[in-house]
Amino acid sequence: MARGLPALILPGLAAVLVAGLVLGTLGAVAWRAGGLSALGPADLDAVGFTLAQAAVSAALSCLLAVPVARALMRRRFPGRGALITLMGAPFILPTLVAAIGLIAVFGRNGALNAALAALGLPGVAIYGAHGVVIAHVFLNLPLAVRMLLHGWQAIPAERLRLAVALGFGPSEVLRHLEWPMLRGVLPGAFLAIFLVCLTSFAIALTLGGGPRATTVELAIYQAFRFDFDLGRAAALALVQVAVCVAALLLARRLTAPPAFGAGLDRPPLRLRTGAALLGQDVLAIAAAAIFLLWPVGAIIARGLPALADLPASVWRAAGTSLALAAGSTALTLALALPLALAAPRHRWAELAAMLPLVASSLVTGTGLFLIVQPFVAPTALALPVTLVVNAAVSLPFAVRILLPDVRAMQADYGRLAASLDLRGAARLRYLTLPRLARPLGFSAGLAAAFSMGDLGVITLFSDGTVQTLPLALYRLMGSYRMDEAAAAALLLMLTSLALFWALDRMGRHADLR
Amino acid sequence: MRPFSLAAGILAIATTAAADTPVLTVYAPDYFASDWGPGPAIEQGFETVCACDLRFVTGDVLPRLLLEGERTQADVAIGLTIDVLARARATGLFAPHGQDTGALTLPVTWDDALFLPFNWSETAFVYDRTRLADPPQSFDDLLNAPDDLKIAIQDPRSSISGLALLLWVKAVYGDAAAEAWAKLAPKVLTVTAGWSESYGLFTDGEVDMVLSYTTSPAYHLVAEGDDTKVAAIFPEGHYFLAEVAAKLATTRQPALADAFMAHVLSDAFQGMIATANWSYPAVIKNGFLPEAFAAMPRPARTLFLSEAEAEALRGPALDEWRAAFRR
Repeated sequence: MARGLPALILPGLAAVLVAGLVLGTLGAVAWRAGGLSALGPADLDAVGFTLAQAAVSAALSCLLAVPVARALMRRRFPGRGALITLMGAPFILPTLVAAIGLIAVFGRNGALNAALAALGLPGVAIYGAHGVVIAHVFLNLPLAVRMLLHGWQAIPAERLRLAVALGFGPSEVLRHLEWPMLRGVLPGAFLAIFLVCLTSFAIALTLGGGPRATTVELAIYQAFRFDFDLGRAAALALVQVAVCVAALLLARRLTAPPAFGAGLDRPPLRLRTGAALLGQDVLAIAAAAIFLLWPVGAIIARGLPALADLPASVWRAAGTSLALAAGSTALTLALALPLALAAPRHRWAELAAMLPLVASSLVTGTGLFLIVQPFVAPTALALPVTLVVNAAVSLPFAVRILLPDVRAMQADYGRLAASLDLRGAARLRYLTLPRLARPLGFSAGLAAAFSMGDLGVITLFSDGTVQTLPLALYRLMGSYRMDEAAAAALLLMLTSLALFWALDRMGRHADLR
Repeated sequence: MRPFSLAAGILAIATTAAADTPVLTVYAPDYFASDWGPGPAIEQGFETVCACDLRFVTGDVLPRLLLEGERTQADVAIGLTIDVLARARATGLFAPHGQDTGALTLPVTWDDALFLPFNWSETAFVYDRTRLADPPQSFDDLLNAPDDLKIAIQDPRSSISGLALLLWVKAVYGDAAAEAWAKLAPKVLTVTAGWSESYGLFTDGEVDMVLSYTTSPAYHLVAEGDDTKVAAIFPEGHYFLAEVAAKLATTRQPALADAFMAHVLSDAFQGMIATANWSYPAVIKNGFLPEAFAAMPRPARTLFLSEAEAEALRGPALDEWRAAFRR
């Protein structure tokens, strides 16, 4: 095998760091508690609800994403690029901000119900289990659409030309080209969204309407804050990790390997379609755009009036968050690239990369606190810990996004590179970075946006002197300043989106195709 | 700004400052550090009298202390809420505050030797009188109101005001609390993790009433000149909530910590609580409350369960609450 042991040093280090961060902290909490405590019936209810809502949310997000991504792939229209970027916005919204937008549109006093009432129609209620699913589809549909769009773009134009030459209609294209692509991409998309929804907490509670919508993450919170039962918190965290591992193994079984072969990177070919398909595509794009952009518009409308009144401290907080985002984005890529390159051959690399997705931030924070506290005052580590934790949170997405392209790259160019003895920095420069520029930019954009929106560490490490933008937003809300809080939410959304857009664009620009 | 050099800077400042003036480390909740919280005023006020450096470390106060145990760097903890006092007391980490609790002007009797209240309020449902013309006049009224009256409450598992509501219902209805919850549950539009999210739903007009405090309208009255937000006053009484300060037994600055505990009850400290915390100061003297604040209606009864009672009721009350929402 061309890639020997030395090539495994970097991914090995990254995997150890991540596993230590997720499992080591869990172990520290369990050790401090003197073992795991048994779970009560309420905890088991929470596990059941969490699994069910995550499965439904992920399935619905994936199903709805197929027509939307296909329509965006097939159609060219003015503003298409901007629309794709904007439709990505919900995924990078901090949940606190997303809830504001969703309630402004779908809430009891929201725009949708106002419109329905004006038309004399009965209103809709968003609070309940379906509200949790609506919120999760809103947050995650953009991810599914983007992952599928990448998948469609990865079908070489040569295969489509061949399809045209063979006189394929839409159903043959679906069967021979699109279905194999979907089999490769959808399990990964489902898995990522399923895992995100597993650890949902505040938005699930707010839109779930009550304790029936208790997620495992809330049960962990309760174990910490209400009962101070570290053993139960650790046991619940372990359940999350076990579910993650099981879901990952299942998704791997269902994922089909890429089999299109290398193309010559010709511009994508658009197949002729009839009026019925055009209508279907217009409907898919319009419905998705309204669903995803209306709440975003509501956040803008709510926040704009007080934007100019924001105190200087909030703008400073935005600066701090930007600096943190830059650092944690760099760290995310440094961890993600080696893991993604190792993942096609080494299952542990992919597993390690997925772990942070189900790490409970409370357990991770508490475990880190227990580990470092004998040696150094935890508050002195507030910033490094924030950086590392933020980077870890984005890592699963970065690796997930990189993996399909890594697999294709290794299948298509691995033997050529090996025969040229292309290794180390040269391989990185001439093969890896150019082929992966697009997903790398996308990953960097996500990592930066996630870091912007993170409420932060883990209040155990903060000493209150460093204020990030989400913390400033929370403090505004906590001191009755709801209008300024809405403005801070808007600022947070705009900076996250701008960062995402800029990095994603850099990646696409660097892609020579 | 480079985060790593900033972190290093914080470390450096911490070491140099320790060499000069004595440092009093005070653990406090996050809101103390906010621009609008009481932290900056307290720090300035105490430093003018103590010849020391008061340093707030804000975040989760009790979880941090529980994890650190006797190795804690804290000299004083402030902002512990009364719902956690039984667990705080059980740690054995705290020393007597040495202050005369006779000076307190609370609506309940307080003679605790360890925990010194510095502000208080009561739970209440707040509404907008321009939107809710016919508000419930009592807790019973609220329970029997039509189900299209929608309220937002907080989760007792993650929020102190949510837990206070559990105890409030228990204090009013006792053994009939489960039935009370069964009547209240259909009116609960949603349960949020924290107070802020609920209050945001209320100010956005999403709910008719929100679980908040008797002192919430004071913010709108004093800071915004808005008299439309009103706390519904119920004859059954309202549940008492206070925040306390306490001295750590392990402090290496016992004299400074004692001085701080004395400062907590001083005029300088108590006089700024009303508009920094939007709650009542533990000692009310002339001029401590803005006029509009002082003129707000007061409940006839303030309900308060003893620490032991509250701790014993917490678990069963939570089960009742959960059962009511399962239907």
